[in-house]
Amino acid sequence: MKQKSVAVVGAAETTQMGRIPDVSVIGLHADAALNALADCGLKPSDIDGVACAGISPTDLAHYLGITPTYADGTSVGGCSFMLHVRHAAAAINAGLCTTVLITHGESGKSRVGAGGFGRAPSSLMGQFEMPFGVTSPPTMFTIPVLRYLKTYGLTEEDLAWVSVIQREWAGKNPRASFRDPITVDDVLNSPMIAWPFRLLMCCLVTDGGGALILTSAERARDFKAKPVYVLGTGESVETPLVSQMEDFTSSKAFRVSGKKAFDEAGLKHADVDHLMIYDAFAHLPLYGLEDLGFCKPGEAAAFIRERNTAIGGKLPLNTNGGGLSYMHSGMYGMYALQESVRQLRGTAAAQVPGAKNSVCHGVGGMFGASGTIIFSNEAP
Amino acid sequence: MPPRMLPEPTPETRHFWEGALKGELLLQRDQATGEVYFPPRPFCPGTGSRDVEVFKASGKAVLWSYVINHRPRPDMGTEPYAIAVVKLAEGPQMMTNIVGCPQTPEALQLDMALEVTFEKMSDTIALPFFKPAGA
Repeated sequence: MKQKSVAVVGAAETTQMGRIPDVSVIGLHADAALNALADCGLKPSDIDGVACAGISPTDLAHYLGITPTYADGTSVGGCSFMLHVRHAAAAINAGLCTTVLITHGESGKSRVGAGGFGRAPSSLMGQFEMPFGVTSPPTMFTIPVLRYLKTYGLTEEDLAWVSVIQREWAGKNPRASFRDPITVDDVLNSPMIAWPFRLLMCCLVTDGGGALILTSAERARDFKAKPVYVLGTGESVETPLVSQMEDFTSSKAFRVSGKKAFDEAGLKHADVDHLMIYDAFAHLPLYGLEDLGFCKPGEAAAFIRERNTAIGGKLPLNTNGGGLSYMHSGMYGMYALQESVRQLRGTAAAQVPGAKNSVCHGVGGMFGASGTIIFSNEAP
Repeated sequence: MPPRMLPEPTPETRHFWEGALKGELLLQRDQATGEVYFPPRPFCPGTGSRDVEVFKASGKAVLWSYVINHRPRPDMGTEPYAIAVVKLAEGPQMMTNIVGCPQTPEALQLDMALEVTFEKMSDTIALPFFKPAGA
């Protein structure tokens, strides 16, 4: 499907980021939504499509006083917002609505008005994974990695480099939670979480939110901010159980979603100026670079270590500092999208000079789902 | 210590847990194609066929990947412990714990040979664990 007639016209994060003990989950959604509406000069009554994850689109629409003709409650984890962008583009193209608001808000740290993490003991996860002592993402998302490292002759040090280079990006971002430089030794000496993962290979836990507003490319020209066009989109899902992931060295959902987005955009990898890969843990950029086709299998670690994704490198990656250093409220995909939009508007804290095309790739669950959006600031 | 979180079987998985209680690792396969799959369901995910059978697996596996959890999990109380995925001789992967073996990177080598062993956790549930083969 071609979706070239849709653009992001409003984009914003919550006013505060990090630790926000005085705002509930729905309050974070609303704060981000109001900031995005202000960003593009619209009112809630101008919105006729809503999408969100974590809370229901009914909650969101009612809270903001919106009466939509399109509602999307797709909730597949942290990449839900990539899927929302994809579905919104299709909906706008199909005439289901004209202007879609996508929101995220999560009280990941303070847990104000937030539900718990857990699965029913009768679910497949409850029967076939929880009894063996998995606790939360740090003991689940990480399970395939030893197989990946052994297959390609890599070590913990290769994981540590991912954290080190992303911290360099975070150092340029005043809103990043962690900005002080770190070394490979710092990472390898940080507290053990789940071998081979140390604390500094794991994402932050913070509060925050973000919102996007999409409309037709034709209408996008009337807004004050530079439109950021949706060139190509992809999505897929694989399994709710990390133990059942088909290939522990590569994500099927990543491969399917990425290929779909590149095919739709008609873009070559060499044309990509900026890349976001959802990094809940340090191994995700390695899998992402390979599964999206930027690197051959097993070569992503050397690509990162050789500073190709660092400041001044040929493929700037996770330029906000990523989930490892910028922020991670639980469903980080929204913040990756926000950084792609900022880069293509030319307003990022660590701006990539002249960036035109940005690939934004998300993961949901423990390699369970994936969404990929390719943006451009040039009208298709 | 809170009681260990245990599975609650559903109609689709009950045979697996009844087998575990008797010390049998039960898998399923497509009668026509022979494709073996896990976790249990009353049809083959490869073909969509409902013509499937339950059979007793060999219990042999290799260590496919794992982490050693250092985070508290009150109902386990044995941190650090390994959470492993094994590749069964019949093909499917399953999550488990490795027993009869130190929970260290040195002792837990990928591709080491393992065999199933069951530990009764309640009147109705025995969990399938794996131990080094021949140990």
